[in-house]
Amino acid sequence: MEPILNVKNLTMTFGGLKALDNVNIAIEKGQIAALIGPNGAGKTTFFNCITGIYEPSKGQVTITPPGKSSQTLKGLKPNQVTERGLARTFQNIRLFQGMTVLENVMIGRHCRMNAGIFGAMIRPKSQKSEEKKATYASYEILEKIGLEKYVNEMAVNLPYGAQRRLEIARALATDPFLLLLDEPAAGMNPQETKELDDLIIWLRDNEDLSILLIEHDMKLVMSLSDRIHVVDYGKKIAEGTPKEVKSNPEVIKAYLGDDSDDA
Amino acid sequence: MVTIKKIKQAFFIALWFMVLTFPIMVIKVNTITDTVVFRWSYLFWNGIGTFFASLTWNYFLHLKENKQKTETSDDIPMVHQLLQNDRFRIPFLIALAVFFLIYPFVFPMYHTSIMISALVYVMLGLGLNIVVGLAGLLDLGYVAFYCVGAYAYALLNLHFGVSFWLALPISAVLGFMFGTLLGYPVLRLRGDYLAIVTLGFGEIIRIIMENWDDFSNGPRGISNIPPPNFFGIDLGQHGSVIYIYFIVIALVLMTIFFVGRLENSRLGRAWIALRDDEVACQAMGIDKVKTKLTAFALGATWASIGGVVFAAKTSYINPMSFTIWESITILCVVVIGGMGSAIGVIAGALVLILLPEYLRAVAEYRMLVFGALQVIVMVFKPDGLIKSVRKTYKFKKVEE
Ligand SMILES: Nc1ncnc2c1ncn2[C@@H]1O[C@H](COP(=O)(O)OP(=O)(O)O)[C@@H](O)[C@H]1O
Ligand SMILES: [Mg+2]
Repeated sequence: MEPILNVKNLTMTFGGLKALDNVNIAIEKGQIAALIGPNGAGKTTFFNCITGIYEPSKGQVTITPPGKSSQTLKGLKPNQVTERGLARTFQNIRLFQGMTVLENVMIGRHCRMNAGIFGAMIRPKSQKSEEKKATYASYEILEKIGLEKYVNEMAVNLPYGAQRRLEIARALATDPFLLLLDEPAAGMNPQETKELDDLIIWLRDNEDLSILLIEHDMKLVMSLSDRIHVVDYGKKIAEGTPKEVKSNPEVIKAYLGDDSDDA
Repeated sequence: MVTIKKIKQAFFIALWFMVLTFPIMVIKVNTITDTVVFRWSYLFWNGIGTFFASLTWNYFLHLKENKQKTETSDDIPMVHQLLQNDRFRIPFLIALAVFFLIYPFVFPMYHTSIMISALVYVMLGLGLNIVVGLAGLLDLGYVAFYCVGAYAYALLNLHFGVSFWLALPISAVLGFMFGTLLGYPVLRLRGDYLAIVTLGFGEIIRIIMENWDDFSNGPRGISNIPPPNFFGIDLGQHGSVIYIYFIVIALVLMTIFFVGRLENSRLGRAWIALRDDEVACQAMGIDKVKTKLTAFALGATWASIGGVVFAAKTSYINPMSFTIWESITILCVVVIGGMGSAIGVIAGALVLILLPEYLRAVAEYRMLVFGALQVIVMVFKPDGLIKSVRKTYKFKKVEE
């Protein structure tokens, strides 16, 4: 079967700096894959390149949504990539602070709705039912993520861990087939990390999602991932199951070396 | 709390102010008699005034800091709390309706005329609120669309005899088109850069009107613009002012209605998302280009409708009615009233436009007062007089 995300020879240069250098990564359907590497290795840049925030200098990104044919993401804008079923969260939380928790999730529904100027001002039946559906769908997502008690709270007033989860909820609302999580556990306490662990597995098993996550918490990565991709200085240095990666000498040298007791 | 330290500080501020304002406050040169008068008493009063103003300012800052310690940041403004309370809301709305209904019959024409201006500013404020308050696009050339609407009515009437009622929808469409036209080139710009370009656009429209004599009659302007037509009946001067008053009331109600709907729609949420975080907004599947253009276009639509009313009301327009100061006044209405908050903008427009009209002493220093108000609001109420409150949703608990 075709991988649902297939990245070939992805290269991104910033001036003289090669943030990504011929990176190849393929994600299979139903997988939880992890992208790891030291700080500044190019992991966030990888996300930015496939989601259309940066235009890669070289390489192909092809997606094969379940039940659909393959297509390239070349030249698509971020919103078009999201429409095609890739949703992401951000390393540094980027919620919409002037909106409530529910509205933040409803923003995720935006690309699955149609109402325009006319719909907003005249509110015909179709718009009303669409709006109602989106409201309830968003509320259901909040329930799944366990944030329903904050529904009408302003997003900024949420505790830190809840803000991270809200980012996931908002991404889910776009109906993705592949979820890209950029350091979802950063700054969380062990209890919150454990809940996140459960949530990610639950999402894969119940929501028919595939997940690619960037993470520094090795315990989380090792317990969660089906497959791990390791990058260092923009180059991919290893790939394999958690076990294989743990014992890969290149990886130990580049990354796990100083804190292998964490692993 | 007034401490010795604060008194000392106030004293030095007063001293510094006396030095600073010496040339303008004390020295008076009479160019006709060639004499110089030193008004020493001014120096004294200036010092005393500054001293106490500084103390008061510090006192309020102190109060505010104490208040912040005890309150959470998201208390709902009192107006909203009252409006959510049914027992208060209905009598309040009835009183408001009665007031505005009898207003033109109770007060002389002069006051009705002033109220019309204020209400036009309510419309302009609500329109600009879409662009600046909701979509976060700092537009300093908003008056351009006001100008487009006014000239559209004046010129269409002059050349083709188009009536007020036909001019309203035509200029709404024109405003929409001009809004899109301005939107395109500034799609990539944000913040200060956007402000500068829109400012330039506003000035360009005015300068074109000033110099393209054959088209717009240049600085002489266009006169004898007819008031709205009431089934062909001549209402007389007073009658037609009252008539315009009620038209404006209807237009303001329509604006409040539509803007309120827009705010809580797919489009309105997209504007706010764009304002709060452009990158995240796009990553969540929102088309940035479309969202920005609709904000500009819809904002411009209301300015243009306001322009038609303005032309019909004054019966004479010239380019000087559409200077940058007009844009700034409307922006002050939005910022001081409360960005993104419709109730705030309405209150802001009524206060900022009516106040200078009735406090003639203030009128001359309008911009000075606006500036001072701006500073005070930014320090003590950064979200504006009445800050925006988002809609709350209720969900029935699903019984197990
Ligand atoms: N927009 C940019 N302009 C210039 N350099 C960038 C940009 N984004 C990332 N980089 C550089 O690319 C490298 C990889 O960054 P990043 O992908 O954020 O690393 P990480 O693996 O920690 O997420 C870093 O050296 C960073 O400084
Ligand atoms: Mg990163």
